[in-house]
This record gives sequence, structure tokens and C-alpha cells, in this order.
Amino acid sequence: MAQESKVRTGARALMEVLQDEGVELVFGYPGGAVLPLYHELGKANIRHVLVRQEQNAVHAASGYARTSGKTGVCLATSGPGATNLVTGIATAYMDSVPVVIFTGQVPTSMVGSDAFQETDITGITIPITKHNYLVKDVEELPRVAKEAFYIASTGRPGPVLVDIPRDVALAPCQAPVPERLELRGYKPTYQGHLGQLRALAKLLREAERPVLFAGGGVVVSRAEGYLQELAAKIQAPVATSLTGLGAFPEDNPLSLGMVGLHGKPCANHAVMECDLLVGLGVRFDDRVTGAIERFAPQAQIAHVDIDPAEIGKNVRVDLPLVGDISCVLKELLPLVEPARRPAWLERIKDLRNSYPLTYGRGGAVRPQWVIERLGEMTRGQAIITTDVGQHQMWAALFYGFTEPRTFISSCGLGTMGYGLPAAIGAALARPQKQVWVITGDGSFQMGMPELGTAREQGLPLKILLFNNQSLAMVRQLQHFYYDRQYTAVKFSGNPDFVRLAECYGAEGLRITKQEEVVPVLARALQSDSLTLIECLISEEEMVYPMVLNGSALNEMLLP
Amino acid sequence: MKRTLSVLVENRPGVLTRVAGLFSRRGYNIDSLAVGRTENPSISRMTIVVDGDEQIIEQVSKQLNKLIDVIKLSDITDDPHVGRELVLIKVNAEPAVRGEIMQIVDIFRARIVDIARNSLIIEATGDADKIDAIENSLRPFGIREVVRTGKIAMLRGAKTRGMEASGDGAGE
Ligand SMILES: Cc1ncc(C[n+]2csc(CCOP(=O)(O)OP(=O)(O)O)c2C)c(N)n1
Ligand SMILES: [Mg+2]
Repeated sequence: MAQESKVRTGARALMEVLQDEGVELVFGYPGGAVLPLYHELGKANIRHVLVRQEQNAVHAASGYARTSGKTGVCLATSGPGATNLVTGIATAYMDSVPVVIFTGQVPTSMVGSDAFQETDITGITIPITKHNYLVKDVEELPRVAKEAFYIASTGRPGPVLVDIPRDVALAPCQAPVPERLELRGYKPTYQGHLGQLRALAKLLREAERPVLFAGGGVVVSRAEGYLQELAAKIQAPVATSLTGLGAFPEDNPLSLGMVGLHGKPCANHAVMECDLLVGLGVRFDDRVTGAIERFAPQAQIAHVDIDPAEIGKNVRVDLPLVGDISCVLKELLPLVEPARRPAWLERIKDLRNSYPLTYGRGGAVRPQWVIERLGEMTRGQAIITTDVGQHQMWAALFYGFTEPRTFISSCGLGTMGYGLPAAIGAALARPQKQVWVITGDGSFQMGMPELGTAREQGLPLKILLFNNQSLAMVRQLQHFYYDRQYTAVKFSGNPDFVRLAECYGAEGLRITKQEEVVPVLARALQSDSLTLIECLISEEEMVYPMVLNGSALNEMLLP
Repeated sequence: MKRTLSVLVENRPGVLTRVAGLFSRRGYNIDSLAVGRTENPSISRMTIVVDGDEQIIEQVSKQLNKLIDVIKLSDITDDPHVGRELVLIKVNAEPAVRGEIMQIVDIFRARIVDIARNSLIIEATGDADKIDAIENSLRPFGIREVVRTGKIAMLRGAKTRGMEASGDGAGE
């Protein structure tokens, strides 16, 4: 709703935009240049979550956005506040997460003079934002702020940054919050082209061995229902990318699970054997394709994505289709005929039986086993945020996701330190859901200060920390590619994580042997306080399957 | 393969940075880029000559189109168009060779725009081939400096590549 045009400060006008956008939560960290905005935020009664480092404000906003489907909002000051945001913004950009970031800036008269705490944050973030703005005229602020929300949340979502000099925030502003936006250079295509839709329906009709390959785009456009309908109607198995986990329930018999360098054997083999691969909201990232020239060699590839620039970027595409996945699948469903594919589904069953996802059994606590138990005990319905490392891949492979927006992880950028702040955002977005952080000792220490934020906000997060005293994913790379010479991957000064948790008023639990796994998990599940479980595992664990550099997807190392 | 892209962009600060940055970041080769205001003061036109195979040109176009400040992009290489560049060439010109230089200038319908004791500045416009040719013809005399604008281009006939084809703004 547009406001009556009246004079108020730019900062106040910005709050009107936030209210207009239904913003209920802002993640941030204050400083001099952004104080005019904070002053009005306090008056506007919008909840603010004070984090411990600006990067984590973006991660938290990202966790909030991914679990709720709404746009996350961040606030930070100029200079170091703004540069601290950078990793968070790049992380959100790579996973197409809608986040709007407002930064304070030095006064316009000083912009460009290397003033105290001045940094060219719009210049710095051009490559990692969907768009950004430096607002020099207060009368533009309401429009720019509205545009920021519109751009962040439509089309292929992504972060948008708005840099607001202090004098602009304080200046009188007459411009109303606009009701309608005129963006002549931005018109995302939602509806699929009918001719292409028909062509896709034809490919699906003619295919003998189709695989549907679902990515983050399915989750973003809330297309999971249509995807299930389509898969059932044409009896096509469904694989997912890492960001696509949860887009198709893994307990569905047509589910293949994740494809890629650490994909499930059955999914990788199916992609290599299929005669039609339909990418839905995926990027065909190098972690998915393996040796690109040998990727899906028998398949025609159809690629549906809302971002035309993704189509044909990495793999050859026989049928491009630009559009929103929900719109496209909805239109496609009546065009396809029901099919039964006994031979292909039989072959999938064979693959599943011949190449099960396994991990040898040893005496010690096996992280894969722990995550399987967690998946069973939460019926695959908890929200799982992860950090980056071996534990991330085990979470992806062994949890068994059944709902979209429950696997929240830095997939594209692989940012350690994402898990805990993202969980804070997730728990604030969906207070009725259990939120678990699956993390490693290395990653956790990058986001650890946010324990304070979680405590302040009273969030009963459950943190499952796999402690192998090492950066074991990097160690694994050194094992395979650098003659097992393990350089700079061993931690000998880790804290006692249980006591550390206790310092933050959290419950600290430890798992040292297999018999303890189920009771400790059960105890955490029942607890309604912040809980950290340290699970001691061996640094010699490996993530399998593993496709080595230069190998095709079906040439996997298995345990 | 060289392609000529005619790109309408918002006439706003930072747009050139976004476009140029995109090229360097993604490893595309810009041959030339010329930019200036159009008949509509809120819109600028960039004429970009890019070098690359079909796949690269397609990516360049798609990535440029993703920029919010890019309003419209057309690859006009295969459409009949007038393409022009302006060049200024400072060439050594001892009195003894001036006659010869002036003949070359005449042949190319170029102009002498400045005379110093032993050098001349020559101004020429034309397509890239002509500009290359005049530069080559003057090289034996000793070229001291060359300044080229990069190509600008316009479709022949009544057709335009302006805003009328792209409808009006989107938004909610
Ligand atoms: C910010 C950042 N720095 C470095 C890396 C490279 N890296 C990838 S995985 C990894 C090890 C992570 O260690 P830990 O969190 O303990 O997980 P583990 O592999 O041991 O399960 C590192 C250093 C990264 N992904 N992110
Ligand atoms: Mg570790």
C-alpha cells in the first residue's frame, strides 16, 4: 500500500518500505554510519537480531529466506561492517537466495575521499549481487528500496545491496513508497514457450529411459508437488542436485538421491545410462557433471530454468526451455501421457541393489551411521543446516530428506561457517520445526560466536559436531591428489566443545562410542534448550562415493 | 568471429563498470566499446564489438541481458547497418613528404586537422577496414600516436533498434 506523500527522513521512509514488504525480522550489526537507520528501526518495532559478525547476518538472513521462502533482510555499517558481509553475500548469490542488504555509508560529501570507514561496497559487490545501488538522492530511496525487494525475490532470486550514505538517511524525503515499479531492463520469463513445452512432452513420450534432475529451482518455485505428479504420471526416476535435496522425497520409490562427485551410486549410474535427462532448475555445475565430455553420454538433454544464461552454459542442450519450474510443470502435466516403464525401473532397481550406498563397518563411531539414525529419529523432517566438509556430504547422502526447504547448506560457494548462523535464521523462520546443525570442528569454529546469538534469541538449536580434529575433507583431497602428504589439516588446539557449549548456557553432550549414539540423540531431541553434541570420529574417514578428477560419473571410488 | 552488439542501457552512473566488469570477469574479449547518450536522455547506447565463437557470443548476450541496467540488446552483425569509427592519427611529416601524405588523406577522404613543424594530425571516419587501411598507408612515415573511438553502428533503412520494440516497464 502506498503511503500518503509526506515529509519524513530517508531512514523513516525506508522503514515504511520494510513494513510495506511485511518484513518481520532484520539481521544486523550496528556502527556509526548506519545509526540513523538503527534509530528508526528501533522506533518501527521491527524485530532485530544482533549477530556477532556481519557475515553471519547474511547467513542468518539466508537461512531465514531458504526455510520460509520470504526475503531475508540485513543491516550493517560502512567500511569493515560492509566488507564483513562479502562472504555472506557471495554465499547467497551462488545459491540464488533472496536477501536484501542495507549498508550505511559515509556522507555523500565524503564519498570517494577515503574517509574513515569508507569502502566502495557497491563496487566490491557488483560480481556477487543480482543488483546493487548507492543512493545519492533521498527522493530515490523509497523506490530503490522497493526495487531491491522486487529484484531479490523475483525471477532467479539473489542478494541485492542498497548502500545509504548517512546524510541521505537523515535528509527529508517526500517521495512516497511507490505502488508500481517501472523496471524496463528486468522482465523475468515465467511462462514456458508453448512450442518448447510440446517438444518436451514429445521427448518425454519418446524416451525409454528418462531421468528427471531436480535442483534448487524446484525448491525456489515451490514446484515439488508438480514434480511428484509428473514423476508418478510418467514413471520417471528423479535425481537431485545438492541444492535440490528435499525437492523430491527420498523415501519415494522413484527417488534416486543426489547426483555428482559424491552422488549416490544409483543416481550417477542412472544419469550415465538414461536416454533423456531433464534438468529442472539446475546449473549442471562441475560438481555434478564429472568429466563434462562424458556426462550423460546417451542422453538428450532438456534444460528448464528461469535464467536463460544457465541454459547451454555448461552442457550441450538439445531442448532449452526458459521459465519458472512451477509454471512450466503445471503447463507440461496435461501435455504428457501416462507411461509405464517396467524395464527402466527394473534396471534402476538392479542398480540400487548392485551399488548400494554403503560405508564399511568399523568399531568406532561412524558418522554415516549417526546421521542415518538422526534421519530415522526425526523421520527425515527436521531442518538440517550444514557446514562444509565431509560432514556436509554425509548429511546430504545419509539423512534422507523428505521435504523441501529442510536442507540448508552452502552448496555453490561451499562456505565454512554457514551452518550455525543459517540455523538461527531457520529457527526464527520456522519455530515449530526442529533445527539441527550438522557441522565439523573446523567449520564450527568459523561460526562459533553465534552461539551467543542463539542463546540470546532463546533458540533450541541442536548442534551435531563431528570432531575429527582436522579439516578432513581437505585431508581427503591430499590423500587422493597429493601423495597423502597431510599439510595444514590437523588441529591440536581444539577447545573442549562440551564445556564450550556450557559456557554459553547450552547443554553439552558427547558421543564417544556407538552405544551412546541413540540415547544421546534421543536426549537432544527431547530437550528444548540449545544443545551441542560433540561426536568423536576418526580423521581417516572418507566420503564415498568419490568421482576422481577427470573421471566420468559412473567411475566412482566406493568403500 | 567478431560480432557487433547494440545495447541500450540506463544512463546511470556505474553502468559502464557493470558492463566492462562482466567482460573481464567472465573472460570475454571486448574489441571495442563505444558509449553515448541516445535521443532519450535517460538511455545510453553501447556499441560493443566482441570476439568469440557462437557459444561465447550467446553467453555474452545472455549475461549482459541479466544486468538490470541493460534494457535491450541486439546482435546487429548480420543486419545491414552503417558502422563507423573515428580515428585521429599523429604522423611524422617532414615538409618533403607532406605532399605524399596529403594524397593519401585525399584518397581516404580524411582530413588534416592540425599541423606542427614536422607532424600532422589526420582525422578519418569509416568502417574498421578503412581505418585499418589508412593507418597502414601512413605507417611508413612514422605514426606517433593513434586514438580510435571504437565502432558505433546504426541499422540501415527506417528500422531502429530503440525502445519502441521492447514495450514499457515491468514490475508489479
Ligand atoms: C571459508 C572456507 N575456507 C576454506 C575452505 C576449504 N575447505 C573445504 S572443506 C574444509 C574442511 C572443513 O573441516 P571441518 O569443518 O572440520 O569438516 P570435516 O571435513 O572435517 O568434516 C576446508 C578447509 C572452505 N570450504 N571454506
Ligand atoms: Mg573436521
